[in-house]
Amino acid sequence: MKATKQKRAVVIPCSGIGKALGSVSREATYEVVENLRKGVTDTTCLALIVSGDEETLQLVKNNRCIAVDGCPLQCAAKNVKLAGGDLAASFRVVDTLRENRHLKPKSVTFLDHDGQELANLLAEQVAEKVDELLRK
Amino acid sequence: MVDLPEKKVGVISCSGEGCVEGTISRVATRLVLEKVRPEETVTICLPLFLAGGGEERAFAKYYPTITVDGCDKLCAKVGTERYSGKPAGSIVVTDLTKSPGCFRVRSPRKLDSKSLALAEKVAERIALEVDEVLEHRR
Repeated sequence: MKATKQKRAVVIPCSGIGKALGSVSREATYEVVENLRKGVTDTTCLALIVSGDEETLQLVKNNRCIAVDGCPLQCAAKNVKLAGGDLAASFRVVDTLRENRHLKPKSVTFLDHDGQELANLLAEQVAEKVDELLRK
Repeated sequence: MVDLPEKKVGVISCSGEGCVEGTISRVATRLVLEKVRPEETVTICLPLFLAGGGEERAFAKYYPTITVDGCDKLCAKVGTERYSGKPAGSIVVTDLTKSPGCFRVRSPRKLDSKSLALAEKVAERIALEVDEVLEHRR
């Protein structure tokens, strides 16, 4: 499950539990890891970084990481940096939302139509970034 | 009369992205917040203890907390204890399933009906803990 080889990107969502944008970050990450860039990406629990799990800390230090944050507090990006991880790129759902103002995601527990569409758009952006990172 | 703040319990989920039990902990927590005990509970994103400021880290001082973890790594419990305060209660999803650990045997993305039923069961357990915590505080 965990990325151990070179040429993999670890996509880490904030999974914020208080707002729909956290759920969008989570869904976008799964879309990249399980569909768009399956095999060259992986994800891990952000909570494992918070709790200082040694195996996870090594994972983020030894692989290129992409943080996907719901809100401007950027928990995923900050926690990867604090853990000494290789933060190669960072996305914020709020930025994708600004580019797509017609979308109004509301539901947190299970994404509604707008939330799913926003997640798909964000996933495309993250997938492009994965390609760019793996070309380097 | 002094207007005291409402008594609420903080429910902190691990939200583990890496395995289905993390999704179950997340969905169970949301069910408690939205449906089962909406008036009695609040939450905070676990990673905010590190990414946020003093206000976030003082969360467990403001509210008695119940942590909800997907697996026996206990990230929510460990993180809350380390950065905010000792939780009043702790629930681990794999304790209820009796599975040996948290492995990605299937996608954590969407819950099937069996996993959703387990999330509802976890939500009931959280609600019982919430009631107990509030009862002790009366």
